[in-house]
Order: sequence, then C-alpha cells, then structure tokens
Amino acid sequence: MLRYFIRKLFVYGLTFVVAVTIDWAIPHLMPGNPVLTLVGRIQVQDPKVAQQLYDHYMRAFNLDLPLWKQYGYFWISLFHGDLGTSILEFPTSVTSIIVHAIPYTLGLLIPAILLSWYAGNKVGALAARRKVLDNSVLPASYALTATPYMWLAILLVFVFGITLSLFPVGFAYSPTAVRGFTWSFGVDVLHHWFLPFLSLFLVSFGGWAIGMRNMIIYELESDYAHYLEALGAPQRLVRKYAFRNAMLPQITGLALVLGAIIAGALVTEIVFSYPGLGYQIYRAITNEDYFVIQGIFLFIIVGVLIANFVVDIVYVIVDPRTRIGMQGGRS
Amino acid sequence: MSAVGIDAPAPSVKRMSETQETLHFALRNRKLVFGASVTLAMLLFAIIGPFFAHHPPLEYGGNLSSPPTTKDGYWFGTTLLGQDVYSQFVTGLRLAFLVGAIGGGIAAAIGMVVGFTAGYRGGAVDEVLNMLTNVVLVIPTFALLLVIAAYLPTRSIVTEAVFIGITSWPWAARAIRAQTFSLVARDFVDMARLSGRSSWRIIFQEIAPNMSSYLFMMFILLFGGAILIAATLDFIGLGPSNTISLGMMMQLSVQNAALQLHLWWWFVPTGLAIMAIVGSLYVMNVGLDEVFNPKLREM
Repeated sequence: MLRYFIRKLFVYGLTFVVAVTIDWAIPHLMPGNPVLTLVGRIQVQDPKVAQQLYDHYMRAFNLDLPLWKQYGYFWISLFHGDLGTSILEFPTSVTSIIVHAIPYTLGLLIPAILLSWYAGNKVGALAARRKVLDNSVLPASYALTATPYMWLAILLVFVFGITLSLFPVGFAYSPTAVRGFTWSFGVDVLHHWFLPFLSLFLVSFGGWAIGMRNMIIYELESDYAHYLEALGAPQRLVRKYAFRNAMLPQITGLALVLGAIIAGALVTEIVFSYPGLGYQIYRAITNEDYFVIQGIFLFIIVGVLIANFVVDIVYVIVDPRTRIGMQGGRS
Repeated sequence: MSAVGIDAPAPSVKRMSETQETLHFALRNRKLVFGASVTLAMLLFAIIGPFFAHHPPLEYGGNLSSPPTTKDGYWFGTTLLGQDVYSQFVTGLRLAFLVGAIGGGIAAAIGMVVGFTAGYRGGAVDEVLNMLTNVVLVIPTFALLLVIAAYLPTRSIVTEAVFIGITSWPWAARAIRAQTFSLVARDFVDMARLSGRSSWRIIFQEIAPNMSSYLFMMFILLFGGAILIAATLDFIGLGPSNTISLGMMMQLSVQNAALQLHLWWWFVPTGLAIMAIVGSLYVMNVGLDEVFNPKLREM
C-alpha cells in the first residue's frame, strides 16, 4: 500500500513540475517578443505608461537573464506565493484575486460534485434492468450529459431568472445586501447560489446515472450475481452486492471527470456573473490579463492534484483489496 | 470519461456468419438506429444547410433582433446587430463536425499509438508511456487549453481542433492498453510472432481487428467530447478568430443581453444542436456496445 501511495505521489509531483514548466514555457514559445505583443495589445495611449509597462514585464519575466535562470526564478517566486500582478486591477496581486474568488468556486463545485455523484449513482442503480424507470431515466440522462454546461445555465437564467423572475440572474448576493452572518444575508446568498449550482448538478448527474446503470447491468450479469440468484437470494440483496462492486469504477471516475466539471463551473460562473475563478478568468481573457490566466491555471492544477489524492485515499478505504497489497490493479 | 462508459466486448475470432449476426442485431437495436439517424440528419444539415443561407454569417444588414421569419431568408431570425442567425448556425454546425473529426481523430490516433505500444511491448516502454499517460490524464486539459489559446495571437478552427486532439487522448490510450494486454497473451498472437512478422504488422493485422468495434466506439466518444470542449472554449472567448461557431454564438448572445431582451432564437438552437449531436453519438455508442456485447442485449 505504501508503494501504491509513493507511486501516486511521484506521478502527481511529476505532473506538477510538467504543469509549471508548461505555464512558464508557453509565453516563451510564442513567436516574437511576448512583452512587446503584450504591451501592444493593452493599447495604452501614453508612451510613458507603455514604457513603464514594458519595463515591468521585462522584470517580471526576467527576460534579460539566460533561460535556465528565468526558469529558476519562476519556481522561486512560485514558492513565495508570487504569481505576478494583475494588469486590469493594477496593484492587486494575482494571488489575492484568486484567494477572493476561490470560496465562490468551491462553494459551487464541491456540493455539485458530491451531490450529483450521490444522486446519480442512486438513480442509475435504481434504473438498471427496470423497464419503466430505465426508459425514462436513461434518455433524460443522455440528454443532460450531452448538454453544454453554459447552455443549460443560459436556459435556466432565461426561464427561471428572466421570464419567471423566480431567481436573481447574477452575482453572489444582492448589491444592496449588508454582508455579515445574518439570517437574511444567508438566504440572499443561497438564493443567488441555487441556479448555478442546479445547472452544474444536472449536467454531471446525467453522466453518473448512465455510468452506474451500465455498471450495475454488468455486475448483475456476472457469475457471483447468478450464483446468489440460484441460491434463492432476494433481488434486493443481489442488487446491494452489485451496487458495492459497481461503486469502485465510479470512484475512479470521479478523478477522471474532475477536469470536465471544473470547465463546467468556469463557464457556468460566466453566465451567472458569479464572482468565482471562471468569472475572473473570463475577465482576464477579454482584457488580456495574462498573469491572472496563468495563475488560475496553476491554481486549478494544484486543486485537481489534491482532489486526485483524496480520491486515491477514499479508494483505498473503500476497496479492501488495495489494503492487502493487491494494489487494485491500478497504478 | 468513464461516466459514459464504453466497455469492451469480449474479443472473438471473426467468422463470416458473425458479420451477418452483427448486422441482424444492429438493425434491430433501437438505440443504434435512433442515434445513427439523428447524427446523420445533423451531418446532412451541416453539409447542405449553408447552401440555403441567403446572407454571409458575419454580414450586418438585416432588421435588428428580428424573430424567425420567412422574409429574406432569415429563418432563424437575426441577432441584436442584424446578422443572420440561420447562416451563423449552419456555419457553426459545419465547424462542430470538423472539430469533432479532427480533434477526435488526432486523439484516437495518439491513443492508439500509445496504447498499442504500451500494451504490446510491456516492460520499461510500458512504464514510461504509462507515466506519460497518467501525467496528461491528471492535468485538467481545459485549463491547459485556456492558457495555450489565450497566448495564440490568431486562432483557426484547425489549430483549436489539433490542440483538443493532443490533450484528450489519455483515457483512450489507457483503455486500449488494457485491451491489448489481454489480447497479447492469446495463442494467435504467439503464432503471428512465430511467423516473424514485424510488431506493427502484428498489431494492425492481428490485434487491432479483434478490437475494432471497441476502437470505433472510442472514436465516437472522442468525437463528441471534442465538440463539447470546443464549444466551451469558444464560449469563454477563445474560439477561432475569423469565423463563427456555435459556442461563439452563445458567447455573443450572452454578451449582447439576448437573454434580457428575450431573443431566444439566438441562443436556443446553438445548444440544442450540440446536445442533439453529442447525445445521439452517446446513444449510438450504447447501441453499438449492445450489438457487439451479447451480455448487454435487452432480454
């Protein structure tokens, strides 16, 4: 088991190094002088300001140093938590922008991931090999999982926000609300949170329901299930065992779809003007604020690595085979 | 994408009667027939639709924010600035299929090369390739694409598709590797080795044909995945710079307050088309799975 974790940690460490290297290399690989392009694109009228910006970037990228030194400095500033400065909100550091945005994104993502996983698995397991349920749940799940996240968000805003006026259509709380730990502010925040959450929840729910349904059918066709049936075990018991075995790939799947659901959260936030990472990255892209884009990229990588590690630990707890040294066949 | 789940049919030796049997089940599988017809219908629409457009997709000049009408060929209405939504829609539809084909094709090709090599060679080669696969698998590809696309000064639909292709292959490589492992141990592969054929000939003449149905299903999923990723990228403002895609239409409609102004004809068809294409591909995939894997057939 220790070998299993060391292997995993090695892959994650390597991934982190590769990601940081890519993050550093992309601006260097682009044709031409990236700093000139950057300053040119910001379209500053005043040549003095442009010169200042140019100097700032030259220093920030350390472009006057040899390449290996530039790379070294990139790592050093990274470990000091220095991801650069935003152009759009000039003196604000990228780190502080991210720190302010992260609670909103996590507040959407974590409940959406966990609840959709739970509900999807339950419903998928119920639907398997049951004609009526299967014929309704399955097509709906396929439609949901094929829906682009932002389109569902757009539809929800249009129907429930604008046409029916049941929910607010932007931001994390009302502009007039008084911030604080009060009952009314909490309700206001929940009211703003619900639609973006629902949108994320629904799309990922579809995928989990389909996955679980298919897995359960496989399990019900396996020898141990037939054997149990032959012994006269009640259907409920057979299904219970099938569910437990079908769970394992679904846990691994959690790590696999993480990237897709994060992408979903980013675009959902854009539709709802919800002030998380997605909204920040959209602002950064439309305003060519490159340090923010690169910083958020690194931040997402770290988040995904941590989440992957958590999934690994959960897997070891859930699957006894990994504990007695069989390593679960994954590496 | 385990959520959509393609699961390997048991590899078996090909016989003449099997083709007939497959066809027999294929034509009677409602999921397969439904999925394939919707996909083909959308493809047909993407191919011939643009010939019926009366205006170039980016041209201004129609009435502003007009609902769908038969007048002047503005069948899907116009945007806030008077562009033809129908013309934009069919252009976007073509690009969606293009991105799916190129992106899915490249991802499938890389996945096959990596998966076959790792599974057939085993040993140190496998270790290295497996490590590479795991690294790319863990990196959230969408975030990576964001950074790359943001730095590209001009973007075309082809570069977008190529980048999607070279970032979305890992799960396919993993699945092919596992399948190859199980086939390499079989007697007929040993026989082929004894005959002295080169490794790649053995892979393509003996191993690949025995998992062709699996490879095809994998390509379908990669195809649909590429369309979804492209739409998301386009929506975030990183789409191709010289044309219009379905994702960009969604972005522009949100940016121009189409929701507040109730211009539903601008944003409803875009997502509906993506949902129809990707959803029918997934359904088709399950149908294929049932055809090739007798265990899954409905009783």
